[in-house]
Amino acid sequence: MRTAEALRMAVEALRVNRLRSMLTMLGVIIGVLSVVILVAIGTGAKNAVEKEIAGLGSNIILVVPGQVGLGAAPTQSRLDLADVAYVRRVVGDPSKVTVAVNSGEPVRVGRVEVFATLTGTDENMPHVFDRPLRRGRYLTETDVDTRRRVVILGSEVAAKLFGDVDPIGRQVTIAGVRFRVIGVYETVGSTFGVARDQEVHLPVTTAQRLIGLPRINGIAVGASGPDEIEPLRRRVVAALDARYPGETFSAVTQTQLLGTIGTVLGMLTGVLAAIAGISLLVGGVGVSNIMLVSVRERTKEIGLRKALGARGRDILGQFLIEAVLLTTIGGVIGILTGVGGALLIQAVSPVPASITWWSIVLAFGVSAAVGVFFGVAPARRAARLDPVVALRTD
Amino acid sequence: MSRDERAGGPATAATPGATGAPVPAFEAISLTRSYRLDGGVLVDALRGVSLRIGQGEFAAIVGPSGSGKSTLMHLLGCLDRPTSGTLRVNGVDVATLDDAGLADLRNRTIGFVFQSFHLLARTSALDNVALPLVYRGVSRAERRERARAALEAVGLGHRLTHRPSQMSGGEQQRVAIARALVGDPRVLLADEPTGNLDTRNGEEVMGLLERLNAGGVAVVLVTHDAEVAARARRQIRVRDGRIERDT
Ligand SMILES: Nc1ncnc2c1ncn2[C@@H]1O[C@H](COP(=O)(O)OP(=O)(O)OP(=O)(O)O)[C@@H](O)[C@H]1O
Ligand SMILES: [Mg+2]
Repeated sequence: MRTAEALRMAVEALRVNRLRSMLTMLGVIIGVLSVVILVAIGTGAKNAVEKEIAGLGSNIILVVPGQVGLGAAPTQSRLDLADVAYVRRVVGDPSKVTVAVNSGEPVRVGRVEVFATLTGTDENMPHVFDRPLRRGRYLTETDVDTRRRVVILGSEVAAKLFGDVDPIGRQVTIAGVRFRVIGVYETVGSTFGVARDQEVHLPVTTAQRLIGLPRINGIAVGASGPDEIEPLRRRVVAALDARYPGETFSAVTQTQLLGTIGTVLGMLTGVLAAIAGISLLVGGVGVSNIMLVSVRERTKEIGLRKALGARGRDILGQFLIEAVLLTTIGGVIGILTGVGGALLIQAVSPVPASITWWSIVLAFGVSAAVGVFFGVAPARRAARLDPVVALRTD
Repeated sequence: MSRDERAGGPATAATPGATGAPVPAFEAISLTRSYRLDGGVLVDALRGVSLRIGQGEFAAIVGPSGSGKSTLMHLLGCLDRPTSGTLRVNGVDVATLDDAGLADLRNRTIGFVFQSFHLLARTSALDNVALPLVYRGVSRAERRERARAALEAVGLGHRLTHRPSQMSGGEQQRVAIARALVGDPRVLLADEPTGNLDTRNGEEVMGLLERLNAGGVAVVLVTHDAEVAARARRQIRVRDGRIERDT
């Protein structure tokens, strides 16, 4: 028998039992739909985080004392500005190395007080990180060298302290010390829960005096290209290890961060997809069930077809195609509604959803496979029917 | 003609045997068929049947209920395999064929007519008749053409698109006969073809079978009706799984 013929027969059989076919498909539809939507959400979340990381700037290496990793105890920093100068010499291009000293302090203007993340840094910060200004200017070498009391405000801090008023040239008070605002950053959102719009930048030297410690928290190095990142990272770590034998320094690159976070979110997406896959499996069991009913109902028809010359494999093909048709039609409907659902979620909620072609191809492939897997047993039962017995049943 | 129809194959018939005589349509030697019931008890439905039915013959199988007539028909029609004994259909020993081979033999050599018609309910007369050709790989256009011709041959040229439920019993049985004929079989096996029909429709069906037989197709039918049996040139009387009389 020709495949086209078998297909025609299968379509006809599904059409005859329209309601039943629909209900059977529903199981597959729901399964595929949830796979597509959950994968879209998982992928969307991953893309969003990756965008955040990439938003920091490109090719950044963060050097911190101690071991970086989950569960690693925070290490007391022993790095200071002399070490920054050392790293600058190691890297070669001093403008590609910047520094961070962090502390949380309230920032006050008149009666308004805002808790902000103070970050002491230097004039090279904009060469390493991607941090556009909305107004004003960046820190200069002179600001750092002369410990000027100047600050650049994150957009949220600026909005809370000054509202619609232009903050440039105005005064803020931090820990009893008055600072002059020289710039306001563009809104950049947050990275890893660090609300960067709530930061206040000031010269690293000023920050050290404010905190009362000559330490720094970390050094950031910008590589000139993606290929440069890894060699540079090794060079910096080796240099620091040589300078402080017996101590550990870590240098994290964006690629590593992306890798780690990508793996975690990928696993999460996988788990979600697997849970959704279970409902697809349940849909498959429904298909199997209905096909068994169908074989029983059509026992006489099967007997007749065999009497007229259908071979076992013709019958097998007929029922298998019917099952696969059920699941693939269900799969296509599930994909369409899933894509629609993902787009809807994207549009009406803050949850990012990103549809990937592989999840669609996979969903279709899996639903076809479910049809074959769950259709085989009923189809084989049909194919093995004894024509005499089958013809005699009513 | 379709590409693979009657292209050699085991069903190619009427090749002269070693003796030069034409090969009979059926040649059964000591056929038995026993059924094992659920309890393990053996029921011997056929207890050693030997017979020859030549090409173009018209034979009626008669006998009391439960004597094994249908069982014999199923064996002749290759729907079932004997428990022991040898059966040759057009000279081919069915024991040498696998299930697919048997299906092919049924498809090309044998046409079935059943007491209860066995038409597909939601399918038009035309598509019902065309069904055997589906399993022969005949193209759709050719199938329809041949099915139409077969329906016209049984006087139902005006009922092509009717469904079984829209036809009388007699018409349904004629559709079934058209279906049996559409593949140009050498033999037509009919198990009580008039059993569900009134006298007039039964008469019509018998007339049709006689006309087909006159055209060279061997007809073997099972009947309880003495009048129907009398129209056959040969009567085979079965009793308790054996042939009691063959005239
Ligand atoms: N599948 C089966 N399992 C067990 N016994 C069977 C089976 N089929 C037939 N038999 C037995 O074989 C015997 C012959 O049955 P068969 O159907 O051939 O009779 P028949 O001559 O066609 O009868 P009728 O005229 O009533 O149709 C009966 O005793 C029947 O009970
Ligand atoms: Mg019978």
